[in-house]
Formats: sequence, C-alpha cells, structure tokens
Amino acid sequence: MYQEVILDHYRNPRRWGRLSPVTFSHTGENTSCGDELTFDLRLAEDGETIEEVTFTGEGCAISIASASLLAEELPGMTLSEVRDLDREDALDLLGIELTPMRVPCAVLAEKVVQDGIESHEEGT
Amino acid sequence: MATQDVDPLDVERVRADFPILERDIDGQPLVYLDNAATSQTPERVIDAISEYYRSYNANVHRGIHQLSQESSIAYEDAHDRIAEFIGADGREEIAFTLNTTQAMNTVAYAWGLNELGPGDEVVLTEMEHHASLVTWQQIAKRTGADCKYIPITDDGYLDMEAAAELITDDTQMVSVVHVSNTLGTINPVAELADIAHDHDAYIYVDGAQSVPHKPIDVKAMDCDFFAFSGHKMCGPTGTGAMYGKRHILEEMQPYLYGGEMILKVDFDEASWNELPWKFEAGTQNIAGGIALAEACDYLDDIGLERIQRHEQQLTEYAYDRLTEHEDVEVYGPPGDDRAGLVAFNIAGAHAHDLSSILNDFAVAVRAGDHCTQPLHDVLGASASARASFYLYNTREEVDMLVEAVDEARQLFA
Repeated sequence: MYQEVILDHYRNPRRWGRLSPVTFSHTGENTSCGDELTFDLRLAEDGETIEEVTFTGEGCAISIASASLLAEELPGMTLSEVRDLDREDALDLLGIELTPMRVPCAVLAEKVVQDGIESHEEGT
Repeated sequence: MATQDVDPLDVERVRADFPILERDIDGQPLVYLDNAATSQTPERVIDAISEYYRSYNANVHRGIHQLSQESSIAYEDAHDRIAEFIGADGREEIAFTLNTTQAMNTVAYAWGLNELGPGDEVVLTEMEHHASLVTWQQIAKRTGADCKYIPITDDGYLDMEAAAELITDDTQMVSVVHVSNTLGTINPVAELADIAHDHDAYIYVDGAQSVPHKPIDVKAMDCDFFAFSGHKMCGPTGTGAMYGKRHILEEMQPYLYGGEMILKVDFDEASWNELPWKFEAGTQNIAGGIALAEACDYLDDIGLERIQRHEQQLTEYAYDRLTEHEDVEVYGPPGDDRAGLVAFNIAGAHAHDLSSILNDFAVAVRAGDHCTQPLHDVLGASASARASFYLYNTREEVDMLVEAVDEARQLFA
C-alpha cells in the first residue's frame, strides 16, 4: 500500500498552501479518521474552468497523497468534469489496492472539492 | 500487591479455549491486540449461547410453559451471577443493558433529566469516554446544569487537588472512568467517591475497562452507579449491566417504557415492576445475558488476579520495548502503573497508516481517537494507535507488535 509515490506525495504534498485571490474554499472531514482537508480554487474568467488549486489539511498518508494527486489534476478541468468524477476515479488516481476501511481516506479529497463546487454553484 | 502471590497463567491452555485464535490473516497467525475494543470469546461462552437457542429458547416472564420457566430462571440467575461478580447485593441492583453506553444513558435520562437543573454541576474527567462525556453534556444542555472536567497531569493521572476544588456542594454527580481506555490510568475511584459523598453528590463509575481485567467490589468502592460491557470480558456483544445502589434504583424513574417493566397498566396510568425489571423494557438479549454469566464463571475459574498479573507483565514489557525509541510517544502513566493497554504514536506517521502496516503483520490494534476526542485534544494528537492486552496474549505477540512498529518507523522516518 505504501509505495514510494504515495509516501512521496505524503511527505511533499504538491500544491500545498492557501490561495489568494480565491474563488471559493471548502473544508471537509473524514469523521472515522479525523482527516481534514481544505481546498482553495480559483476559476478562470469563464467561471467554469479551474485556473489554480491549493490545499492544506491534516490526515493519514492515503488522504494527503490522494489530495496531492488530485490537486495536480484539477487545473484546466471544468467544474462539470470534476462533478462527474466518481469513487473509482479517486482510487485510480491513487493506483494502489486499498482495504475497505481505508477507502474513505482515498476519496475524501474528491468529495471535499465536489462539495465545494456544489456550495459555490448554489451560492451563484 | 496481592497479585504477586498467585500462580502464573498457563497462556497456551487459555489460548486453546478461544477458537478464533487459530485463524490466520493472509497466512500469518492472528495477533489480536484490540481487546479494549472487544475481547474474543471462549468456546464455553459460545456454547452457552448455542445451548440456549438449541434447548430452551423462550421469552422470560411471559408464560408458565416449561421452556419459559427454564429461560426465566437462567436469565434471573444470570443477574445474581453478575451481582456476585462485582460485589453487588443481588439481582435487584443489576439491570442488564446493551453495553456501558446504554447503562450511562439510563442513569443520565432516568436520574439526570429528573434531578438536574440550573446551578447544578456534573463533574467529569478529561479522560472520559464519549459514552459519559457526550451523554452528560447533552443532559446538561437540556437541564441547564453545567459540566466540569477534572484535568489530567502531564503523566496522565487525575489532578486530585483540582478534583477536590471542582467537586462542591453544587455538584450533583461525579462521573468518572475507572480505567482510561486511552491512557491506561487506573483512577482512585474510592477516593473520588468519598469526596463526592462529602458533598452529597452521587458517583457513577464507568467500569468498561476495569471489570474485564481485575477484581471489582462496588461496595468497597462505595460508588452509587457502576456500568460495564459484556463484550470486553469474554462475553457476547450487546450485553452489559448497570449497577445502582438499591435505595437509589427504587426511587429512580425508568428510562425506557414498554412491556416487562410494568406492574399494572390502564388507559391512564401505569406502575412499575420491581427491581431490576423496571429497567429492562421489552424483550432483552436473554441468550446474551445468560452467556455473560458464563463469561464471569470462565474468568473466575482462571482467576482475575492471575489475569491482572499476566496483563501487567505484558504491558510493562510492551511499554519498555516501545519507549526504547525516541520517535515513539506513549501516552499515560509509566509502564509499571497502568492497565493493560498502550496508546502511542510514531513521529511522521498518522495512526491509521501505522495500523495499516501493523495489519500487514496480522497485528490487530485500534487506531483513531478511541472515543476520547477531547482527551486527544489535551494530548495534542488527532489520533493514536492502541495495543490492548488480555489473558490470551503472549510475550511473542508483543515482539511481533514491536517488529511491525519498527517497520512503520523505517517507512515513515
């Protein structure tokens, strides 16, 4: 489970930090583990394409690594493309076999971003 | 200590009583160190459940047919057995519950909701399990009472000077965990009972982590309420008990209403059954209660002092091995003064990653906040891994734990 790529993203998460200016931010938790992630997103002028992404948080290697991998993917994607991502996409991104109890760690980042998009779209 | 005088436990013989210990995890022998969460079940307890369903399954106190008589007597006797096991005066002082949490809620709803009001205080500890902490917190919100928390010292003991200050004439209830499920601290509950009683307050003792591991005498402790779970003491899940002093239980209103708990009912009024049935509404876990009594027999046959001593030796060994390295932090009192569990973290790794790696070695530990989130805030850790020992664990299993922890240390260094 703990391949070098996972440990690398855990020790040195990409796109780590807070973003300014930011279009919207969202924080979410995995209550079973206590993992917590905050994603900051800035949209391009079309209001649909993701221009910049950062994240911070606290969590296990699986949740931090999956957030880091997702953050690398997001710039250039549209909000509707992100909304269409499912569990399998999050697991594929991580590329390792997980025991069922660890799946919530791996899908947390995707859920936080999707929940953030939903809140943003409800608010506009 | 009295526990030095008993013969050592024959662990191999004990292990043979537990069928599950024969299984493997992906080809490796199971190392089960999650006993503070739930203990494994000896064959004779499994047989007691099976025997009930095979030969005398019937509802209790409902019929005069033979099966109902047999199940009623076995179920009532189980209450006597549990009373004897913890030093209570008889079945009237023992109501069966689903677990410690339900016992806590029974006291909180049946006593707390009726007796507490603005200006009253409930004194808890920073090391409380959510079972009592959340329950009193919510009852306090409803009644206008306040919760106060006895702080812990840097080495994981209760600050008894602070306790003496916090418990006042405004205190109506002192609710304290007997043994911390996270720190392993053994709290001075008899001393706290004295302080509580000096201020005419009741004391509730959460015995979930003490009853399975050491002899208990609620009368010597002089607690007013006591509770524990069956599944941590070789009994089935969904079993447990609430002890209360008889005169308190007699005055107390029921918590759940329905069948069995009533004496007489008409369309306007109902009166309550005698103790302890007043607190056992609806059909109970009859097989489970009977099997819990069997678990008490099993533990007594082996001897709780012998079990306690065995766990002390394992715990001290595990504590010493784990604290050999500076990047391992163990929470709570020193290894020679704690109950049979060790919660810890290693630098640079989240407890869930640690637990995953341990699982690769077939070592089962708990990872998380152990239902003590506020305590973890005090400790400055979001989670920890916890190894907890019982009568069937061996020194070799501790070695396997340490080996797995070393692997994790190298991976996350």
